[in-house]
Amino acid sequence: MELKEKLLSSFLAMEQEIDLSAPVHAMRQENLKTFEEKGFPTKKLEAWKYTSLASILQPSYSIFPKQEASLELKEVKKYFLYEIDSYKVVFIDGVYSPFLSDTTHDGLDVCLMSAALTKPKYKALIDRYFNQIADTQDSLSALNTAFAREGAYIYVPPSVVAEKPIEIIHFSTGKQGDFMLQPRSLVVIDENAQVQIIERHQSLAEHSVFTNAVTEVFAEKNAQVDVYKIQNDRHDASLVDNTFIAQQRDSNARVHTFSFGGKMTRNNLNFYHQGEHIQSTMKGITIIGNTQHVDHYTLVHHAQPNCESHQDYKGIYADRAVGVFNGKIMVDKIAQKTNAFQQNNNVLLDDKATINTKPQLEIFADDVKCSHGCTIGQLDEDALFYLRTRGIPKKEAKGLLTYAFANNVLESVAIPALKTRVNKLIAEKLGVNLTHDL
Amino acid sequence: MLTIKNLHASVEEKEILKGINLQVNPGEVHAIMGPNGSGKSTLSTVVAGHEDYEVQQGSILFDGEDLSELDAEERAHKGIFLSFQYPVEIPGVTVTNFIKTAINASRKGQGLEDMPANEMLKKIREKAALLEIDSKFLSRSLNEGFSGGEKKRNEIFQMAMLEPKLAILDETDSGLDIDALKIVANGVNKLKNENNAVVVITHYQRLLDYIVPDFVHVLYNGRIVKSGTKALAHELEAKGYDWIKQENA
Repeated sequence: MELKEKLLSSFLAMEQEIDLSAPVHAMRQENLKTFEEKGFPTKKLEAWKYTSLASILQPSYSIFPKQEASLELKEVKKYFLYEIDSYKVVFIDGVYSPFLSDTTHDGLDVCLMSAALTKPKYKALIDRYFNQIADTQDSLSALNTAFAREGAYIYVPPSVVAEKPIEIIHFSTGKQGDFMLQPRSLVVIDENAQVQIIERHQSLAEHSVFTNAVTEVFAEKNAQVDVYKIQNDRHDASLVDNTFIAQQRDSNARVHTFSFGGKMTRNNLNFYHQGEHIQSTMKGITIIGNTQHVDHYTLVHHAQPNCESHQDYKGIYADRAVGVFNGKIMVDKIAQKTNAFQQNNNVLLDDKATINTKPQLEIFADDVKCSHGCTIGQLDEDALFYLRTRGIPKKEAKGLLTYAFANNVLESVAIPALKTRVNKLIAEKLGVNLTHDL
Repeated sequence: MLTIKNLHASVEEKEILKGINLQVNPGEVHAIMGPNGSGKSTLSTVVAGHEDYEVQQGSILFDGEDLSELDAEERAHKGIFLSFQYPVEIPGVTVTNFIKTAINASRKGQGLEDMPANEMLKKIREKAALLEIDSKFLSRSLNEGFSGGEKKRNEIFQMAMLEPKLAILDETDSGLDIDALKIVANGVNKLKNENNAVVVITHYQRLLDYIVPDFVHVLYNGRIVKSGTKALAHELEAKGYDWIKQENA
């Protein structure tokens, strides 16, 4: 059975288990209809011109887990930022793992979407925020909404500064066979509140995984949020990450995406400005090889005056890897004094590696500053020669230069332990052996 | 130590070196002077092993071994060091980390184990002191945001750490104020001994007041047209390069 048909019939099966009278369910049905009409996106769509899901849709995925899976902490410890204390919301094959998690209701809510969607005490917030900015016309987001049952739910009340980062980790064990996951998360940072979130999708064994995730983030007035996405999955795991961020005035949202693994990764990252003096930052480092594919599709909708957006994506592609960067910036007529900056720099290490990069600017205001630039290059031969004259062999020298090229994106990472970790990952990916400073 | 015989070299099909002969022995300091575009930097680049430069004729022998088949890193492992006129910036890699990487790469190339951390630390401290480099400098990203003087001092610091047999200093004096020049020259002089050699490439005589050469060569139009002692450098300073050009017109 084709995946689409399987999903449609699975929806009927799911309806046997859930409360059909909940208002969320009407949303689910409506969104399923959208998916049914549109189906999975194909390369015929402009937005999917360079990324094909065809091979991702081939395996016969299980939609729901067939059996309970558990994990020992020691098996998966390395996927956590164990160097520091953090809240944790952990899922194993889509099912919440109380054993690996460390949730809270003390001062802020770090808990489960399944609870938020069903318990009365969350109703007001769910009514106000759930599925309010996820794109209901996008077939994959709609598909996620149709199946939205589990994921992380985070609410940071006004003026609360979360004292430790929150890690959201989705493990896929392989015990369900080829498996499709559709986590749904909601993050609300109320006025003057602050939070840092680290997200990770991790497959643990040989099997095909297809994750279609949706995360909605609401940054209220003067809120601050950092989201770090660590994408370093196995070669048989694919991810479509749909993230929607709505910002109110004076808020600051930063998203760092580290794409180092996986078979196919598509990041749909969307920012919507709903007040003045907003800052939005998107940074990314992509380092892939073999036949890996990473597609960054960003949108910043400047709909209010005096806001800033800043995008800086670096990509390093080896072998036959393919990268895509499409950065769309919309500036409404009302959004005067917008300052939008976009930069995408790429290094191709091999002749067969590919990058498709495209800025897409739609500007209707006349008093704005929008700059964009993209570069595609090989490593600087003179720089390479410099390193080699110091006795560093060509391969290592190349690694060191690509490391230097990617590294400055890390400057804005606000969690030192995470910065060190990503730094090491980059060095490892590039075969650079940097010992720590004396 | 270094024997260059009838060296012809070109880049992008353009012949730059047109028959260079040069003999450098252990314990010697040579200065190569000449007007802009005479081939000074090309000579140093060719000796260091840049892939873009093609040797068409002649040979470069180092300790009797023909260098033509060796990569730049292999030449470095043999003990050739080139100080760059424009050192490269490497953000995110500290001076310390870089020099450790370079030293251990060279040791590996020579079939040695990594240098023990305490020995490395001691050596870094010692050589940094020699060049009046403070520890904050060592934890900065390599050459990133360095002033001209800092870049050159860092080059000589690397030379001090790597202890080459032959150091070629390409325009090390350019962009240096007199104080920085003295520190750099002082460092070079302290590193100098009877077993190693230095080739100083410069447009001006100024540096040679501090690093005193045993021999001075004038390079013009891809050839060494005059060789002499330190007096030749003074003559060049007084008369400029025009008389060389006229003599060789």
